[in-house]
Amino acid sequence: MNPMTTDQAGADLGYSEVEEELRANVRALLAERAPANATLARTESEQTTDLALWRALAGELGVTGLPVPEELGGAGASWRETAVVLEELGRAVAPVPFFGSCVLATAALLALGERKILPQLASGEAIGGLAVPFAAAPGAAFPADVRVSGGLLSGTVRHVADALAADVLLVPAVAADGTAELYAVTGALVEPMVSLDMTRELAVVTLEEVEGILLASGPDATAALDAALETGAALLASEQLGVAEWALTTTVAYAKERHQFGRPIGGFQAVKHRLADLWVLVTQLRAVARAGADAVTRDEERPLYAALAQAFASGAAVTATEEAVQLHGGIGFTWEHPAHLYLKRAKSASLALGTADRHRARIASLTHL
Amino acid sequence: MEAELSRAIRELLDAHDPATTPVAEFLGARFDAGLAWVHFPEGLGGRSAPRSVQQEVNDAFAAAGAPTLDIGRHGIGLGMAAPTLLAHGSDEVRRRFLRPLWTGEETWCQLFSEPGAGSDLAALGTRAVREPETGDWIVDGQKVWTSLAHEADWAILVTRTDPDVPKHRGMTYFVCDMRAPGVEVRPLRQATGEAEFNEVFLTGVRIPDAHRLGAVGDGWRVAQTTLMNERVAIGGHAEPREGGMIGVVARTWREHPELHTPALQDALLRLWVDAEAARLTSERLRQQLAAGQPGPEGSAAKLAFARLNQQISGLELELLGADGLEYHDWTFRRPTNPSMLEGSPGYRYLRAKGNSIEGGTSEILRGIIAERVLGLPSEIRVDKDVAWKDLPR
Repeated sequence: MNPMTTDQAGADLGYSEVEEELRANVRALLAERAPANATLARTESEQTTDLALWRALAGELGVTGLPVPEELGGAGASWRETAVVLEELGRAVAPVPFFGSCVLATAALLALGERKILPQLASGEAIGGLAVPFAAAPGAAFPADVRVSGGLLSGTVRHVADALAADVLLVPAVAADGTAELYAVTGALVEPMVSLDMTRELAVVTLEEVEGILLASGPDATAALDAALETGAALLASEQLGVAEWALTTTVAYAKERHQFGRPIGGFQAVKHRLADLWVLVTQLRAVARAGADAVTRDEERPLYAALAQAFASGAAVTATEEAVQLHGGIGFTWEHPAHLYLKRAKSASLALGTADRHRARIASLTHL
Repeated sequence: MEAELSRAIRELLDAHDPATTPVAEFLGARFDAGLAWVHFPEGLGGRSAPRSVQQEVNDAFAAAGAPTLDIGRHGIGLGMAAPTLLAHGSDEVRRRFLRPLWTGEETWCQLFSEPGAGSDLAALGTRAVREPETGDWIVDGQKVWTSLAHEADWAILVTRTDPDVPKHRGMTYFVCDMRAPGVEVRPLRQATGEAEFNEVFLTGVRIPDAHRLGAVGDGWRVAQTTLMNERVAIGGHAEPREGGMIGVVARTWREHPELHTPALQDALLRLWVDAEAARLTSERLRQQLAAGQPGPEGSAAKLAFARLNQQISGLELELLGADGLEYHDWTFRRPTNPSMLEGSPGYRYLRAKGNSIEGGTSEILRGIIAERVLGLPSEIRVDKDVAWKDLPR
């Protein structure tokens, strides 16, 4: 399909009633179980993943297997609904391994037609992860951090997201003859890294002659990894939308209540116009995020929409959270106020799955620019 | 689409072959069948159907190759005058004006802005004074930035009828005959060298009271109907990917590899991404508006496109290098249907400067978004309780 002439005709950029209902349920759960002060406190605790919240998302709401077919234990819905969940998780910077398990690992397994691990991830009884550096961009060379020798895996992968709580890791590895392969691994050493994003702690994954189950080899392995990273890039925009929306609504509310010079600061044009620009930006981010979710759902121009999603959403979410910090003034720079958690999430997400410039370069090659 | 509507469209197409029927006659038949603006009442071009089916009706006519009016020439009439006439006109006024407006037999322009009343439209000073003997209104003043004034038959006009009350209260809205004695139209040459717009001088222009829209003194409220529809008309239509200015520059880029530098490529890609985001935003807005009412969200689209057009057209000149130093022609002319996409790169660059000024400046739009969408406090208004005649000017 020619990227220059394609129309957006078939895309549904809105939210269905079912999706809005899903959003309300997730939002209500997060408001009750993941308030900002608890999320902040957890970042300095032993267990940085909120496993109780995870179980509630899986068991009470059943949102861990939305794009997975019902015969594999999923909800038989689509990535569009997953995107709505991601918006709400972003809005709460909720410390759960949803992105790693329900997006990255699930997308790879769906692409492979895998039937054993997928039901466990769909139900949430097991947590999956994709053992690639979180900065890995779609379309880049197949990762060679892990090597296969004598049927055993060895290597170190740094900056892996959502690995700390993972029961099973999907590990891209390169065989002795150079073949790209994808393994399921349960015996990796996973150690936390001090991470800029405190609510999504990264890990170093070390494999020393570890056994794995071979899931795919050659083009199938490459295609599964592409599916995971492109679906991830397209859907990360929805999480970034949630982060940006929190920044906008929280800052607007604060600008109405915070008084200086005898007036709400939101009455000063210097503040009003910045917030108006931010609203425009978040409005655009929503359209881009919905287009991304719709594109991966319909498998329509997935590489282009994944690149567009990250080329736009990375900067937009960073701008939104930076504006939130600035327009909150002093309180926005404190540890006590949650603005920094969102800033850290947004900045880290802008590096995750490739920086905006890499995605622009991908757009250039896809559109002959 | 409901069966009754489909049948009405089919019957109309059977009785009036779109290929051979003259445009005005076909559109007249469409009006009379209640298939013009379907949400308008019966007898006024509609059938009180939900607004949401309008798009389907338009699509059905388009699929049959039915004629439509040139939006460049009739956009003000269709997009702004018609909804205002419907909402605020008397029965007599609506019956007199809506049909020839729809068929294109009459052309409309908008007499709102004045040299002293741009962003602060409510400060306008064109006076309308009622003549006691006849009940007619006598209008004196000057309007500016009027597209199509030199071709229009009718205008929507806002005047000052009571200078002794604060500005928002003393206005009255009229339909003005552009062929009436005392209406003088002069071209207003702009930075591009041409004149899309006019100045309109009104000297002792007589308007019958029957051509008033809304109550005396209620002109501001009537004008809001027009302005809300203007923002939708400017910012509410969807485009294919690379359908706007970015497509022009992308084509130049693809055709001229000798112009490529890494910095220009990244600048182009940043704008391509922003243009695509703006396009998707408009498409999302369009999907929402298809069912609902025009709202302040249209302001976001207009704000975004103004900035994008300026950035893209600026980059285009840089991309062209030495050729960017040229201009196609400074000769004064009156373009009939100016198009940014068809003009020269220099024209695009200059014309785009108007995008953040016309139809509400970007600064005014930010204020509207901040107050109406985000609910932030209103500007402090020092002129709120001051009679219009006592305002500093």
